[in-house]
Amino acid sequence: MEQTIEYAHATGVLGSVWLLIAIPLVSSAVILLLGRRSAKFAHWLGTAAIGAGFVLTLIYFFSLRDQPNRAVERNLWEFISVGNLKVDIGLLFDPLSAVFCLLITGVGFLIHLYAVGYMAHDERRHTFFGYFNLFAAAMLLLVLGNNYVMLYLGWEGVGLASYLLISFWYTRPSAATAGKKAFLMNRVGDAGLVIAIFTMFAYLGSTNYADVFNGVGGLSSTVVLLMGLLLLLGATGKSGQFPLQAWLPDAMEGPTPVSALIHAATMVTAGVYLIARSNAIFSANEVLQTVVVSVGALTLLIGCIIGAAKDDIKRVLAWSTVSQIGYMFLGVGLGGGAYALAIIHLLAHGFFKANMFLGAGSVMHGMKDQVDIRRFGGLWKLMPWTFGTFTAGWLAIVGFPGFSGFFTKEPIIVAAFEREGWTAWLYGWAALLGAGLTAFYMTRLWVLTFLGPKRWTEDIEHPHESPPIMVGPLVLLAIGSAIAGGLMASPVAKWLEPPLPHEAGHPEPVMSHGVITTLSLVLTFAGIGLAYLLFRRGTALVEQPAGVVVTAARRNLYADAFNEIVFEKPGIFLTRALVFLDNRGIDGAVNGLAAAVGGGSGRLRRLQTGFVRSYAMSMMAGALVVVAAFVAVQMGWLS
Amino acid sequence: MQDFPYLTVLTGLPLLGAIVVWCLPKSRPETAKIVALAWSLLVFVLSVVMWIAFDAGGDRFQLRESYQWIPTWDARFTFAADGIALVMLLLVTVLVPIVIVASWHDADKSRRSIPTYFALLLVLECTMIGVFAAADVFLFYVFFEVMLVPMYFLIGSFGGHQRQYAAVKFFLYSLVGGLFMLAAVIGLWVVGGHTFDWQALTSSEFATNTGRWLFLGFFIAFAIKAPFFPFHTWLPDAGGAAPAGAAALLVGVLDKVGTFGILRYCLPLFPEASRWFAPWAIALALIGIIYAALLAIGQNDLKRLVSYTSIAHFGFIGVGIFAFTTQAGTGAVLYMLNHGLATGLLFLVVGMLVARRDSANIRDFGGAGKLVPVLAGVLFFAGLASLALPGTAPFVSEFLVLVGTFTVNKPVAVIATVGIILAAAYVLWMVQRTTQGNLNPALLEEPRMRRDLSVREKVVVAPLILLILFLGFYPKPVTDVINPAVQATMQDVGKSDPAPISGTTTEAAVK
Repeated sequence: MEQTIEYAHATGVLGSVWLLIAIPLVSSAVILLLGRRSAKFAHWLGTAAIGAGFVLTLIYFFSLRDQPNRAVERNLWEFISVGNLKVDIGLLFDPLSAVFCLLITGVGFLIHLYAVGYMAHDERRHTFFGYFNLFAAAMLLLVLGNNYVMLYLGWEGVGLASYLLISFWYTRPSAATAGKKAFLMNRVGDAGLVIAIFTMFAYLGSTNYADVFNGVGGLSSTVVLLMGLLLLLGATGKSGQFPLQAWLPDAMEGPTPVSALIHAATMVTAGVYLIARSNAIFSANEVLQTVVVSVGALTLLIGCIIGAAKDDIKRVLAWSTVSQIGYMFLGVGLGGGAYALAIIHLLAHGFFKANMFLGAGSVMHGMKDQVDIRRFGGLWKLMPWTFGTFTAGWLAIVGFPGFSGFFTKEPIIVAAFEREGWTAWLYGWAALLGAGLTAFYMTRLWVLTFLGPKRWTEDIEHPHESPPIMVGPLVLLAIGSAIAGGLMASPVAKWLEPPLPHEAGHPEPVMSHGVITTLSLVLTFAGIGLAYLLFRRGTALVEQPAGVVVTAARRNLYADAFNEIVFEKPGIFLTRALVFLDNRGIDGAVNGLAAAVGGGSGRLRRLQTGFVRSYAMSMMAGALVVVAAFVAVQMGWLS
Repeated sequence: MQDFPYLTVLTGLPLLGAIVVWCLPKSRPETAKIVALAWSLLVFVLSVVMWIAFDAGGDRFQLRESYQWIPTWDARFTFAADGIALVMLLLVTVLVPIVIVASWHDADKSRRSIPTYFALLLVLECTMIGVFAAADVFLFYVFFEVMLVPMYFLIGSFGGHQRQYAAVKFFLYSLVGGLFMLAAVIGLWVVGGHTFDWQALTSSEFATNTGRWLFLGFFIAFAIKAPFFPFHTWLPDAGGAAPAGAAALLVGVLDKVGTFGILRYCLPLFPEASRWFAPWAIALALIGIIYAALLAIGQNDLKRLVSYTSIAHFGFIGVGIFAFTTQAGTGAVLYMLNHGLATGLLFLVVGMLVARRDSANIRDFGGAGKLVPVLAGVLFFAGLASLALPGTAPFVSEFLVLVGTFTVNKPVAVIATVGIILAAAYVLWMVQRTTQGNLNPALLEEPRMRRDLSVREKVVVAPLILLILFLGFYPKPVTDVINPAVQATMQDVGKSDPAPISGTTTEAAVK
């Protein structure tokens, strides 16, 4: 922390790092401006833009390794310069932004490719790719900015793209409502983020990362706590964490590639990025870290519990995203070496969750857009590729030994047990319990979809495997799901330090490493086994009466009901009351006054027909006021 | 280049144009339209030349001209522009040609003369330019009052439903405000050494009570014009009844005269009173932000809805002015410009939608995006600009207002920030109810609803969209012009920016 953070000026190849944002942005603008005229090539242009971004990222990535401090910045132009507030349109390419760029362009490219096939029959496919590229540009800006205002620009940009894509099928009222809900709940978080930025300027005189991180040490702990909590509010909004989690499952109204890219692999992890990027702030205050850990632990359990009660394939995956990001929040909250663990889990999650979402899309593609897992079953034979790739994702998320999740989730659980005192037990067990529950609900999803008897609706005769352009990305993502975690874990942790803090030697976990791993494996296999036994013969086709817990889980633990009762209903009542008040009260008083002045009601209406008369009369009144004013001045009342 | 009498010519030119257009025969409306458009473009070109001639780093007031007028009162025809006025002048000259193109068919249905409509627009332009260019208090007052007349006729003669009621209400409201100002202007003359010269008056000192009374006179007039809560109820009626083009000018420019007046007259002339009244003004502005946003959410009429959003935006401007910091002040002025562009666009697009349906009632729409996708897209864009999404110009101004306010008054900034959530609510709900969801079958029976944006309409929206995006990413050309003027105003008020509370990384505050 005592070290001063400085970034070198970007030169050579790295000087063109802005291309990462410019290419998809231009592509998006071309597609959206041409409209239907771009229909023939928009999907290829959009995919190529992301592909080019991926190639460029690789080049930048390798050039970065030769840089002395592996971090370069490039200030493009002066954005705001008023008084002592100076904000540049400036970019920072460092190990943290580099891995995010690789994830966004790499996984993004595969999902774009998949969408070429998935959206083939949609008459607005070109618009879809325009929005998709817009998202990529905004997301890259978010992770590439070198100050908080740039981050905020990207932050709102991805919010816009997310809104547009959730409500892509805007003629469906549910899609339009879901998009609006996402935007509004995010705005609540954004308000927190933007006030945090105000705090930075008010206390440190700058919003640049380097200035803020170097200055945090000089701030009182109350200010750091407040600043951190405000950032956290922003993070919870974007990442679907408690208390702003309710929008994310509804976001599944968007086309499935959107769910895979935006609402699983990249955008929703922006909150984790924000906290990891701001590690200097979060590490500076223990209370703050405890709050982050609590949000993570609570959300990961919420996600598991609700995920286990849902029957819509995409919503189960959505709640599992909420839950997995909970693990990441847990990681960044634990601090120290766990920052890197969270980022590694985030990368692995990017692979396996994108893989499973696209797999779900492939299933829906073959099943006439059916999303109810009670109506699937026995698909493994008919969709062998989808089945195989989805299985890889499933093994990865449950943390099956040898697969990604095993290498990335396990260390976070261990890290939770490394906290001091009783909190180690609390958060450690929450994480362990989450592992078991995850195994249960993901196995339930996998078994009900692919195994067991057919429970299809009557209109489905021959479910079919998806075309190669969809299967190809699935296979690549499946390979990533299987091996990425194991391969990445230690090199990435090393690569990320700095900007992420150095692990200053572990405290010993309260249980030995071996015991934790054994417990975690036992719980995982218990979850898998239980789910298999319960659901191998299928399940009831309609919702069954259930106990208190399951009913609550089906209702999203009453979060929506809470929002409706506490915010929506009173809000609507308030606006109606105010409209009434404004029309009858304030305006009524004004009209009443006018009528009284004019002598009797109905006068105002008559004045309308006799404009000249009213004008003359007003002038008279005016003259009286003027005379009064003169008299007042002359008599010295005013001086 | 500075010697050319830009401001006199800029003020006089539209008036001349108005006379020419008015004299054209009623039987040839197209000629009148084309002449009016060409004339307004000429004015625009002149204003661009003036912008170039203006030296951002130079004196506070430039392009000064002064002519004898009423010697006994020492009232002179004095024109001069500071950075704030310059930006407002450009806003006027940019918006008027756009509004003329947008209003191309607005007067066709009216029984009144079409050339008169366009002549009135040019008269309005003349008065709007005059009010911003005036540097003599009496001259300003005259333009301030005369400005009402063309707008009264635009609403009263060419407006929609309830136009008479709205026009009279608008007129009376403004007139009452004007009377308060007249009283204050005369009072100022009496105690300020029998002159109307702005420069002379700013250097004179008043007794505390005198200053406060005079401030109040001006402030009430400006608060009605802006409008601030609770003087706002005329705006939704006027904005709802005015033809879309006139409404865009009314909300986009005319209302800015209120906030401009506060910056030019209230603050520099009565610094003590400004500081004394600031908490009250901020309270009114803050109420306006929240109250008007909630009302906007509850509106069922598109044009009234947009009017209420404007009242909320004026709350932000008010907070920015009375926070007395460089960022907040510059943000407020930039807000005045950006709001003119964004709300101007929103009013024009809403007008296009309303014209197709012959109704401004939101319930008469629904799912319109299916029929007019481009129009729906532009409406959405205008909505985004209104909610100050980053990347659009209003974000920069809103950010500056809030960040500048935060450095001196945290609770106010935080409460105002709640307004950005409400802004998202009224915009998105309006967009959803009009363009998304199930298609309202009644729309199918309306043949005009099947016609997407025409070339003329695209010409109207394109420059505004481009400007909003350009200033959203590169506001510097404008902030550089505004900044010195705002700093000078802050100096007049006797306020300077606070230094960062824990300033380990930056030097102390600006000079």
